[in-house]
Amino acid sequence: MILVIKPGLLTTVQDLGRRGFAHLGVSPGGAADCISFRIANLLVGNDANAAALEITLLGPTLEFEVAATIAISGYGIGDSSSLPINEAFEVAAGTTVAVGPLSAGARAYLAIHGGLAIPEVMRSCSTFLPAGIGGFQGRALRAGDELVIGKQTQVGSRKLSPALAASLRLDHGPIRVTASLQSGWFDQETLGRFHEQAFTVSDQSNRSGLRLAGEPILRTNRGELLTEGIALGTVQVPPDGQPIILFVDQQTTGGYPKIANVIAADLPRVGQLRPRDEIRFQRVEIPEAIDLLLQQERALYEAFAL
Amino acid sequence: MRVEAASDSALFISFADSISLETHRRVVALFHAVEGLRDRYPGIRNLHPAYSSLLIDFDPLQLTHEQLESLVAPLIVESVPSNLRRSGLIEIPVCYDREFAPDLATVAQHSSLTEEQVIATHAEGDYFVYFLGFSPGFAYLGGLASQLHVPRLVAPRKQVSAGSVGIGGAQTGIYPNASPGGWQLIGRTPLRMFDAATSPPSLLQPGDGVRFRGIDRFEFDRLAGQQQRDR
Repeated sequence: MILVIKPGLLTTVQDLGRRGFAHLGVSPGGAADCISFRIANLLVGNDANAAALEITLLGPTLEFEVAATIAISGYGIGDSSSLPINEAFEVAAGTTVAVGPLSAGARAYLAIHGGLAIPEVMRSCSTFLPAGIGGFQGRALRAGDELVIGKQTQVGSRKLSPALAASLRLDHGPIRVTASLQSGWFDQETLGRFHEQAFTVSDQSNRSGLRLAGEPILRTNRGELLTEGIALGTVQVPPDGQPIILFVDQQTTGGYPKIANVIAADLPRVGQLRPRDEIRFQRVEIPEAIDLLLQQERALYEAFAL
Repeated sequence: MRVEAASDSALFISFADSISLETHRRVVALFHAVEGLRDRYPGIRNLHPAYSSLLIDFDPLQLTHEQLESLVAPLIVESVPSNLRRSGLIEIPVCYDREFAPDLATVAQHSSLTEEQVIATHAEGDYFVYFLGFSPGFAYLGGLASQLHVPRLVAPRKQVSAGSVGIGGAQTGIYPNASPGGWQLIGRTPLRMFDAATSPPSLLQPGDGVRFRGIDRFEFDRLAGQQQRDR
């Protein structure tokens, strides 16, 4: 049993998402940075999809009533914290683990060998906050909550290869995007500006969408768009010209024009954006986007190859 | 018809740029056909049907856009017989009492009908589910009588109760969960429209037929109580 002493800013149970229900209006959900999430689970010898904690900006304080092997993945945990990052470690029974504020990136993941024992709702343990579905009682953790550790397997903890560990730095380069369904509704000059200017991530951002602030991006086509399906990572542009990146807890359909779409390989980076971060977009073509995804998967595979 | 990449992980198939019953039938037929592919192709992750299009979210490490397009192409039908039976016909009891219908007067005024006529017209309609979106279980229903087409509220409500039945432009629908909302509210159903613990979790599916049945407050309370016990 793990007792939540302090919940942190927004700590939720996640896995790799809830697939197959978009036609019922249910978003994909799951870890905002699925690469860090998988690393945390793999470090403690879990299946990559095991239920673990997603930490947002300020981590929780947890009291372990039993001994456990845990790992925290991400880009920087508390300056004052002496906890190792991206490395599995043992926690003795009766120990209190205080994660504290994240020093880099917006999210970190805490995985426990055996995973968290959380009932699946619609085939997933991920928490969908807008409708209170899944995870720990459909909500973020609160002080006093008790988490149960799942069945532990024989698989021991693993280490990251030094090469991957060294490469785990927050990438501040531009977020890469492909064209989207209504890119042609914006003239060349506007598209050029979209790809050149810096946007600021607004405070009004969450797992459903990241609102960006910058020089307004106004479309030249005055057409009415029929509501249509929305791909993960779509950058839609409402009439005020301030783009929104639709993220893991997004609505499944929408009627605003879409100017671009974040490539799959860069979605984990979107999950690490903090309010007031500055970002730029760089246009790539689909074959390059898929190549980048393949490279990312290969690096992760090699990092854990024995 | 257009087939194009919506992203590196999504294929978008669009039949038209306007709403029609004929297009809707083609979308639903394709949606069901692609659903049938999922067992053999786990790379197909999510299907997003809408008024005149279907977006397919897939794993680009398992399928390419070209492969998916060639799987889907033979499933696209030119036309669906108009006498084709709908997948399901769901009856939804609705209580149109004043306390559940804060916008009934507005709708009546806008449509030049009496409030009683608005209720009768809404309850008599023959509806169908275009698609679900906005929030889990929220179905966009077509088939609303043209007199009842009323614009959305200028300022959306911050909180709409679960089960609220509303009108937004040419559509009617039911809010499955308490949420913000901009539709004109004219009634409420005691049914639980979305329950993540049941399978399928949503009472309505894309393509279903829908009928409303007017009920009084006594029946509303009785059915609401029954839903509580069934949980």
